[in-house]
Amino acid sequence: MANGGEHTIKAFDDEIVELRGLISEMGGRAEAAVLGAMQALIRQDQTAASRIVAEDRKIDELEAAIERLVVQIIALRAPMADDLREVVAALKIAAVIERIGDYAKNIAKRIPSIGSGRHKIEAVSMLPAMGQLATEMVRDALDAFAARDWEEAIEVCDRDRAVDDFYNSVFRTLVTFMMENPATIGQAAHLLFVAKNLERIGDHATNVAEMVYYAAKGKHMAERERGDDFAASTE
Amino acid sequence: MTDNSLNEIAAHQHAEPSAPKMTARNVNVFYGAKQAISNVSIDVDMDNVTAFIGPSGCGKSTFLRTLNRMNDTISGARVEGTIELDGENIYAPSMDVVQLRARVGMVFQKPNPFPKSIFENVAYGPRIHGLAANKADMDAIVEKSLRRAGLWDEVKDRLSDSGTALSGGQQQRLCIARAIAVDPEVILMDEPCSALDPIATAKIEELIHELRGRYAIVIVTHNMQQAARVSQRTAFFHLGNLIEYGVTSEIFTNPREVRTKDYITGRYG
Repeated sequence: MANGGEHTIKAFDDEIVELRGLISEMGGRAEAAVLGAMQALIRQDQTAASRIVAEDRKIDELEAAIERLVVQIIALRAPMADDLREVVAALKIAAVIERIGDYAKNIAKRIPSIGSGRHKIEAVSMLPAMGQLATEMVRDALDAFAARDWEEAIEVCDRDRAVDDFYNSVFRTLVTFMMENPATIGQAAHLLFVAKNLERIGDHATNVAEMVYYAAKGKHMAERERGDDFAASTE
Repeated sequence: MTDNSLNEIAAHQHAEPSAPKMTARNVNVFYGAKQAISNVSIDVDMDNVTAFIGPSGCGKSTFLRTLNRMNDTISGARVEGTIELDGENIYAPSMDVVQLRARVGMVFQKPNPFPKSIFENVAYGPRIHGLAANKADMDAIVEKSLRRAGLWDEVKDRLSDSGTALSGGQQQRLCIARAIAVDPEVILMDEPCSALDPIATAKIEELIHELRGRYAIVIVTHNMQQAARVSQRTAFFHLGNLIEYGVTSEIFTNPREVRTKDYITGRYG
């Protein structure tokens, strides 16, 4: 166990290990889906995009499996203290990863619309780096969960600002581009949604990190100042 | 336990914190040369049910018994430190132990009704303490006590039946009615449900919930779920020491001490 000794009842340890394994597998799939969607976007690979859409079902199934296992552990093991915090965090993290999977699917679904236009939109080239930042946050938040590393969790939260800044920058670029090239508005709007999805993935990774902190420390991370959402403040 | 942590506990209370009903300071208990309790300080108040948890032999029952001087009956047992009930030292020579045990009642692990009628089981205490002026008074005390113990409706038509003829759960509630009958201020319960089935246990737990606020209640239990369900304050004992004392929901979700955590999460030993 990463935390303390083994339980007197060994089957409980086995279930905790199983739960961590499911979270890790689910996180790995969500991360791959986001990165895959970015690659498919750049390459205009429709086959890969369809595969990502189809494979989201596996992430949903993992969420259901985690929910079943958590309910079973609560019912049969009556976990206390850090065990309780961990299984509750696992349940919530699974829901967040499911959302991340949905964002990846949503990005993949937009790929045909973005590629069908006659114009090349340069802002596209910014998105893989943004996707990289967001998925690294997801991966590191999940690594922090596996290791009960609350310092790493704080570090992940601190990186959300970089993703927000990226989004604001993409937003400005795309708005400018749309004003100059009204014919591209349809495509560019899709790209804007892709950027927004990536920004939300960063937010979700932050949520995961906050749960990791709670599971490890038993208290909530203090309310932290968030980067201003440029798009939301330009009303 | 420092004064600081006691203050923190007080700060967590939702209700207005009341003055402690019982106060123990630097209590040591010895059985002959063997020390069973080391330097325990704790406050017990009226508004909260206090649970003592810990592994077998940790001293929780021994400490509970110091609160109404039940250890006096064990030869070779010696208590040091101060234990006060409403500011009055219960180990002072002037303390009337019979009177003390009426004020600090006790319910034991195995239901132990007297081999007498249900009515007599409840009436016995008030009678020896002279609490009833006449038969009507006594009837009223018996009914009130049985009602508070949640037993009245089940036994009102057979008060002359033997107390020992009741089911285990009913017998335990009869013992609680017997403790209540002398109008105590504190009720000590030493694993009151360990001999009961889950339904009888649930009834006792519901009863503890209803009695909270009227009496200061201290319960020793091996069942951590029970401590979590019935108490607002939990004290964890280990090897005769009070390791941690705090708000129950905190103890079970975020204990401060590793030993507490290991015990409640099932990593002990």
